[in-house]
Amino acid sequence: MAITLKVNGKDRSYAGDPDMPLLWYLRDEIGLPGTKFGCGKALCGACTVHLDGNAVRSCQTPMSAAEGFAVTTIEGLSESGDHPVQKAWREIGVAQCGYCQPGQIMQAAALLKTTPKPSDADIDSAMSGNICRCGTYDRIRAAIKRAASQEAGR
Amino acid sequence: MNAPLHPDDTAEVFVPSPELSRRMLLGGSAGLVLALSLPGAASAADEPKYGADSQPGGAKDDPRLFIELAPDGGITIICNRAEMGQGIRSSVAMIILDEMGADWNRLSIRQAEGDEATYGNQNTDGSRSIRHWLTPLRRCGAAMRMMLVQAASTRLGVPVAELEARDHKVVHARSGRSLSFGDLAVDAAKLSVPPRDIVRLKDASALTMVGKDRVFAHDGRAMTTGTATYGIDATMPGMLFAAVARPPVLGSKVASFDATAARAVAGVVDVIELPAPAGPPLFQPLGGIAVVAKNSWAAMKGRDALKIDWAASPHDSYDSRAYRDLSLANARKPGQPVRSEGDVDTALAKAKKRVVAEYYLPHIAHATMEPPAAVVRCDGESCEALACVQDPSGTRDTLAAMLKLEKARVVVRQTFLGGGFGRKSKPDFVVEAAMLSRAMKGTPIKIVWSREDDVRHDYYHTVAVQRLEAAMDGDLPTAWLHRVVSPSIISIFADGIDREQGLETGLGLLSMPFAIPNVRIETGEALAHTRIGWFRSVANIPHAFAIQCFAAELAEAAGQDPKDYLLRLLGPDRLIDPRTIKDANYGEDPALYPIDTGRLRRVVEVAGKGVGWNGKQPKGWGYGIACHRSFVSYTACAFAVSVTDGQLTIHKADIAIDCGAQINPDRIRAQMEGSVMMGLSLALSGEISFAKGAVQQGSFDDYPVLRIDAAPRKLDVHLVGGGLDTPPSGVGEPGVPPVAPALCNAIHAATGRRIRVLPIGDQLSGPVQKL
Repeated sequence: MAITLKVNGKDRSYAGDPDMPLLWYLRDEIGLPGTKFGCGKALCGACTVHLDGNAVRSCQTPMSAAEGFAVTTIEGLSESGDHPVQKAWREIGVAQCGYCQPGQIMQAAALLKTTPKPSDADIDSAMSGNICRCGTYDRIRAAIKRAASQEAGR
Repeated sequence: MNAPLHPDDTAEVFVPSPELSRRMLLGGSAGLVLALSLPGAASAADEPKYGADSQPGGAKDDPRLFIELAPDGGITIICNRAEMGQGIRSSVAMIILDEMGADWNRLSIRQAEGDEATYGNQNTDGSRSIRHWLTPLRRCGAAMRMMLVQAASTRLGVPVAELEARDHKVVHARSGRSLSFGDLAVDAAKLSVPPRDIVRLKDASALTMVGKDRVFAHDGRAMTTGTATYGIDATMPGMLFAAVARPPVLGSKVASFDATAARAVAGVVDVIELPAPAGPPLFQPLGGIAVVAKNSWAAMKGRDALKIDWAASPHDSYDSRAYRDLSLANARKPGQPVRSEGDVDTALAKAKKRVVAEYYLPHIAHATMEPPAAVVRCDGESCEALACVQDPSGTRDTLAAMLKLEKARVVVRQTFLGGGFGRKSKPDFVVEAAMLSRAMKGTPIKIVWSREDDVRHDYYHTVAVQRLEAAMDGDLPTAWLHRVVSPSIISIFADGIDREQGLETGLGLLSMPFAIPNVRIETGEALAHTRIGWFRSVANIPHAFAIQCFAAELAEAAGQDPKDYLLRLLGPDRLIDPRTIKDANYGEDPALYPIDTGRLRRVVEVAGKGVGWNGKQPKGWGYGIACHRSFVSYTACAFAVSVTDGQLTIHKADIAIDCGAQINPDRIRAQMEGSVMMGLSLALSGEISFAKGAVQQGSFDDYPVLRIDAAPRKLDVHLVGGGLDTPPSGVGEPGVPPVAPALCNAIHAATGRRIRVLPIGDQLSGPVQKL
């Protein structure tokens, strides 16, 4: 039986292997490569997407568990690419190689939704599942604070 | 090289192309021996070549190669350096646009295809991009500006001297008239490029982007919206996906296999045996069994269902613990001297006090966040690759050689690299995909490496045991004996390499900068049992660790403050000619880039001041510092840390760099920030170990890397020097070497624990490891 879900607002139906992780469905089946593979074991956060607004690791989310959910990927976080987190990321110049940043941004956006004014400890705790091998951690902290202050100023 | 995939292929001895051996050419004796067998290699009688001239392809300064100006005013820069996080695409564009007077907002960037005969050297490693390309790229921009001004002069009928190029137009201030760059594009393109001797570079004061400390990040939008294409994202129509089960031990190969279960996995299309490599590893794939499928998941699932018996390998007995013991024994015996001044043995024999310390650094893996990845279409005659490689031109040469194709029929297009750090300077994974595509009769193959594939089949950073001994007669050493036992990267290119070569000793070993009358540096025997490769800053990591930790140990022996003592060891400011210590100086002209101990002193002073060394140090905190010259840049790193119940807190980190001319200061800062994190990562938890020849780690659970919650609470980068009047030097790598020793020195200051064995691991809560 086909699995139905919404991806970035669009209805989708999938009839393949229900064990296939959402990550590979997004990347290989429907052409959304912004969500990255990093480890396949939920250890690095590169594959982070939102499932009904909550940050999850798509590499450990089988398609069978995505049934009925609304999935948001980096491509769908904001139509214009100007989500406050994305803007703050650019203003601070967070990205180096950029590979892990879609996952970082999705994680940060989920954090700010539940915790609009995160403390340093909140940030470290929420972001510690997302590895950046380039070492952009200091700017990630700064960009999350900037996005939080801009959101608050609206 | 490889056993044939096709019956008409014949196995033959693989001759390394200049590409494969380029780094050997920078090295010393062993590198030279190998290099001499290569066509076109320099003979000893030739004038030495330095800088870009010493690199295959050299540098080019023809604006037509790198600048496309469209009639609508859009400007496209063709970038011939790999983007792997340094921000080099933006820096290259800044240099050209600033010389032209062009508008940053009209900018597009395209990667050059792999073709160094056309584009000049494209091998992005060795922290060379700005070092070798600053002046050629400035000349490109300046020549283009002169052509635009010439075109405007003709159109407006006014002398060139009355015109100025700025804000994407050529302005005639006297008449108030101007013509946009777009309006002039067609006319300018018809003009000949002015010869180099009349191209005038702008005065530094006229530059509006170069050297300005703000964010220039052309690719920021693509990287924050998921639209930047990395190797793993590249596609070709009709492509299939492949996952490979590779031999767990170097030198092993498939004895027998059963693919029944793999073939039964839904989506699996085919199972292919890859040939086992022959001879030295080079950039050959490792062989094994590939599962080709309709998507990545099916390929990986199919691969996991393979049953394979692996043949025995000469490296089956490689065991990291035993190797460490063997290396330690070798470090305690005389080695081969590579630098010798004065009479070390007499000074040591006569010394009132001798200080001895032994250090160990294990293998580490690059663990780029994007594992090796490529899409390749290859049939019997031609090949096209989309790949995250640091050297697209070298990859092209390698593909042509290993697949026996005409180079003209091989195309390599470079994607963004999701981290490189030296891993992606080896295109083994691209060759792997090409072999599979050819076996699939030209169906494009995307090769998918899992994290475990990456961690278990890397070209690892070397492993090193080092022994240092100093004679102390007063409070400064009178003799210094340093022995390094560490396998060489050259071992992947040639058999019988049994110790560090000139390639390695030129990485911060020979250039030990302290003012000590009697010095001997030796290399001890160390054979390689795995593929050794370049890891960001390479052998500078172990060398700086031992030298800078030992400097702090000597300070303790002398009862002095470690920072003040480090400055005393550096001695009076002086220039050391690298030729006098047989140091290859990173291929740079010793006259332009001498070893300047005054620049080292300054970065030490700046980092020390930044961390608050001479201020009031909070109770329980320990301060540590280290400095190092690498890639002809000067860096120092300092930490303030505390350890409570075995838990380390890094309160403050400061890193200072003097890299000569600063082009994109914000990206220099970013590289220093990242270097601190990478240095901390390897110091705290970086270890790849072998048992029965196989790597014991696999992913980020057993090969942990630094996470945000362990990052320094506060991190400051200090840029020292920086005018365009000083020659530019490396940025991508030089930040890494001083980090681990500075951290261990700080831990000693805080706890009295002297960490001599990396990684630190649980040595802050449990016992300190002794060699």
